[in-house]
Amino acid sequence: MKHLFSCMRAYIKESILSPLFKLFEACMELLVPLVIANIIDVGVAGGDRGYIVGRCLILVAFGVAGLGFALTAQFFAAKAAVGTSAELRRRLFYKLQSFSFTQIDQTGTATMITRMTSDVNQVQSGVNMTLRLLLRSPIVVFGAMIMAFTVDVHAALVFVAVIPLLAAAVISVMAATIPLYRRVQMRLDDVYLSTRENLSGVRVVRAFCKEEDEVRTFVERNEVLKRRQKQAGRISAVTNPLTYALVSVAVIALIYVGAQRVDMGVLEQGDVVALYNYLSIILVELVKLANLIFTVSKAITCQKRIGKVLDMEGEPQVCAAEDAPTDARAAEEGVHIVFSGVSFTYAGGGAPALHGIDFCIRRGETVGILGGTGSGKTTLISLLPRFYTVTEGAVYFDGQNVNDLPALLLRQKICVAPQKPVLFQGTIRSNLLWGNAEAGDEELLAAARLAQAEDVLVAKGGLDGVVEQEGKNLSGGQRQRLTIARALVRRPEVLILDDSSSALDYATDARLRAALKTLNCTTIVVSQRTASVRSADKIVVMDDGGIAGIGTHEQLMERCAIYREIAASQERGGVAEEDGE
Amino acid sequence: MKKRTIFKKVLRRLRRYAPALCIALLFAVVCAAAQLAVPYFVGEAIDCIVGPGEVDRAGVFRLFAIIGGCVGAACLTQYGMSLIYNRVVYHVLADMRNETFRKLQKLPLKYLDSHAYGEVSGTILSDAEQFSDGLLLGFTQLFSGVVTILGVLVILFVLRWEVALVVMCITPVSLFAARFIASHTYTTFRAQAEVRAEQTAFIDEAIGNLKVVKTYTHEKANAAVFDEQNERFRTCSLKAVFYSSTTNPVTRFVNSLVYAAVAVTGAFLCISTGGAFSVGNLTTSLFYCNQYTKPFNDITEVLAEFQNALACAGRIFALQEEEEQPSDEGGIDLGHAAGAVTLNDVAFSYRKETELIKNLTVSVPAGRRVAIVGPTGCGKTTVINLLMRFYDVDEGSICVDGHDVRTLTRRSLRQNYGMVLQDTWLKRATVRENLCMGWPDCTEEEMIAAARAAHAHSFIRRLPHGYDTVLGAEGSLSEGQKQLLCIARIMLCRPPMLILDEATSNIDTRTERLVQDAFAKLMEGRTCFIVAHRLSTIRNADLILVMNAGRVVEQGRHEELLQKGGFYAQLYNAQFAE
Repeated sequence: MKHLFSCMRAYIKESILSPLFKLFEACMELLVPLVIANIIDVGVAGGDRGYIVGRCLILVAFGVAGLGFALTAQFFAAKAAVGTSAELRRRLFYKLQSFSFTQIDQTGTATMITRMTSDVNQVQSGVNMTLRLLLRSPIVVFGAMIMAFTVDVHAALVFVAVIPLLAAAVISVMAATIPLYRRVQMRLDDVYLSTRENLSGVRVVRAFCKEEDEVRTFVERNEVLKRRQKQAGRISAVTNPLTYALVSVAVIALIYVGAQRVDMGVLEQGDVVALYNYLSIILVELVKLANLIFTVSKAITCQKRIGKVLDMEGEPQVCAAEDAPTDARAAEEGVHIVFSGVSFTYAGGGAPALHGIDFCIRRGETVGILGGTGSGKTTLISLLPRFYTVTEGAVYFDGQNVNDLPALLLRQKICVAPQKPVLFQGTIRSNLLWGNAEAGDEELLAAARLAQAEDVLVAKGGLDGVVEQEGKNLSGGQRQRLTIARALVRRPEVLILDDSSSALDYATDARLRAALKTLNCTTIVVSQRTASVRSADKIVVMDDGGIAGIGTHEQLMERCAIYREIAASQERGGVAEEDGE
Repeated sequence: MKKRTIFKKVLRRLRRYAPALCIALLFAVVCAAAQLAVPYFVGEAIDCIVGPGEVDRAGVFRLFAIIGGCVGAACLTQYGMSLIYNRVVYHVLADMRNETFRKLQKLPLKYLDSHAYGEVSGTILSDAEQFSDGLLLGFTQLFSGVVTILGVLVILFVLRWEVALVVMCITPVSLFAARFIASHTYTTFRAQAEVRAEQTAFIDEAIGNLKVVKTYTHEKANAAVFDEQNERFRTCSLKAVFYSSTTNPVTRFVNSLVYAAVAVTGAFLCISTGGAFSVGNLTTSLFYCNQYTKPFNDITEVLAEFQNALACAGRIFALQEEEEQPSDEGGIDLGHAAGAVTLNDVAFSYRKETELIKNLTVSVPAGRRVAIVGPTGCGKTTVINLLMRFYDVDEGSICVDGHDVRTLTRRSLRQNYGMVLQDTWLKRATVRENLCMGWPDCTEEEMIAAARAAHAHSFIRRLPHGYDTVLGAEGSLSEGQKQLLCIARIMLCRPPMLILDEATSNIDTRTERLVQDAFAKLMEGRTCFIVAHRLSTIRNADLILVMNAGRVVEQGRHEELLQKGGFYAQLYNAQFAE
């Protein structure tokens, strides 16, 4: 709850005023039975029509005042709830943006998005309802009790007895149903999964003639869901009859006590009516409360989940390690990057994804990193801009351990064109400007030319060409070339192309490589294709998380068996892949 | 679909539950009557206690017994009613979901391909859910509400027609007020929905691709965009939330007017009738006028909800009434085919306006290897759709072993094909269940042999529970590993015909080479259709179909086609030559 309360702090005025005005409104309602008692005891008994009309006008005045109070309360509640959820959403967004790659992997993007959207919305309606009603109900219930005391202490004891009973009834039903509804939700997820899976795999399901099996699984899961729903429904259906019965018993007790007190001459008939009215008010309030409880308990669950995210520590700008090993090579003239005895294990991963990685890259060199799927190529280059921190050993950039350098600075200088080419909604210009917000059109066009993306600009209408969400209106190859252009706009010291040309045909890929040669920066090219790395100054061959060989193409052909195998599997024209697939 | 027809269909579904619902309606009447009777008898009881020495104790106790009986009846019938509603609603919901899911299995792929998954699954899940919620609310509130309103009016008329008249005249004001507010909040809600959609799309993009954002240190720029949107959302959300929350106070205000009017009328009646209309009667009238306004408010709410429920039901019925794929009942069982496939003058298109495949004639003798090549969008995948009979041809015919596929049962046709697609699909189930999908009765040894052949055995063994690892939950696999599992799945059932649509696109070239050997063994003596990008696969084919814009422009072997210097030669030079 601490995050929620701290977000509400800015709206502390509204959060207090809203229930306060609700209290005023409730007071208006609570005064009504007193006025009616007056009408009966004074007006009717005395046959005073003027008095009756006057009192009824007071009732109308109460109504008007109640309306004013209620509207004010609703406004403050809405302001506090909306403001709190906006603040919560903002904090979540900032927190998520500070997450390290490991935290992103562990949390999962789908979860992060759910937290920011539906969970926050649930909390908003929870806060709104709590301010409006949850606080009102106890006020009304206890207010009714207090009013009863003002009428007659003796009769009011009935209230004292019944209120705890009612509270216990409502709370125990709630306690019993909440876990049941949670189970319903779990079963619903199963049914959802069945449906999604069946739809996404429809071709395979039909190819294997598995339609009947699928139906059977679905019906079974649906049956379990139905049972759980019925079970939860049976229990929550107890609420209304139970509260009704309790209040009715109280009514009988009240009239019994009232009859005695009237007989003794302590009470008047109108007072009994007033007391009865107070009990009715309590009953109405309880019905409202019972309907509300589900919303609030759901909001509490969501709030807890959000709290878990906000409790996490984001990625530190600098992660200084005390006993970091030093490496003499890092200080050498002309050495740009050193991987010094690096091994790395993903959080939650059993075996290390990388082990014994040790090599250095000189300034201005082009280095190829080659290997099969899952050999650790992408993991290796992720360590350089400190997307992940090494488990053992160290990575040096410009003579300094990357752990000692601020992440933002590191990522300014080292630019990765990622494996999955992702663009964002906007224009081609707005996407390229991600590389460098200050770049002029000339620079953008030059980068596009270098990245062989000029034809994309022509096809899409220049720099102002529209890019849809995630670049859906561009083909895979077009996206890849634009992501490379985006990286070039940055003018990084180190350019890393992570399998960025996989969707390009050989001729375009070759032109791209030739163009990159003209750049004056250290370039790391990750690829599965030998042709892409063949002309590199140095090729690092990865196999199963380790280095299988380092050298030039000729050296590796001579010495490295794995390199030869990879090369052989791609020769005779090699791999051909089409643009856009 | 018209609302009326939907409503009729809903009623038809409920017909099975008619006896239960009749009992529930009876309960509703009893419950409402009992609940309405209680205040009447309470009023009577209060009339028994006029003042000191004027207390009719016997009368009070007699009335207590009656009140107790009424309360008991009300509680029991209310609970019984809830149980019946629960039962009926959840059964209807489950039945509807089951039927819709069954229907999905019979819908042609044409329908499923042209509708987003989210749309179809939304119908089965959330539409059904909202429909059942609406139905439940309708039952509980509408039945009881109407019965209560009628009951109150009757009682008020019996008590005193003047009071009833006052109530009837003023209450509708609250309906007008509610409608007025609703029509004015609509615009604020729409504005809120628009900004919300915009913000959700941005969050999807910015958080969904957070790694890219961080790679380009774009966090600050995104935060600025987010803050601006969030502020805008806060403003419109405040309006929408506040305006919509004014309904309750306003109707409550109207109710307080009704209350005051009844109080004044009743009190005057008490005086003018000289006790014929007693104080107890006045109390009762006041109580009933409270009872009367509540269901009124509920019903307006329910009617809005019910509109939505009907719209949801309409979508479900529309899906259930979609045209099914033609029945194959009475079709020939193909048995174990030899694998000779011929396409005779086939024409096909997904949409009538744009023709795709025309005059396609190909003859593939059993056991031959056919490679399909061509630029993106030339119709390669479409040919596979037709071979598997996911779609039926518009003109011409496709024959397997001389049988037109439309005369065969789908099951026997598809069992003769083994298919590996570029999009890997595995169930959320154990590795074992996924592998044995095509042949559930295979032995452990056979399964492992197939996994070995697909070079999947070693990584499966390294999964947390080996072959019993639940995919998706315990172990996440790379695309390449998933593809190897799909290949193993086919290796296990060894059908006479194979369809490989870029089956090895996600596997690195070295592993692919190893898998190719296994494939080569599998393909021996089987008819194969291969969509491939890799030259080696294409060169070894017995027949290359070169497709462009939906037509087979050239057919032949690699060398022949190269010599011809046509489209294939162009393609080859553009794609493969360095």
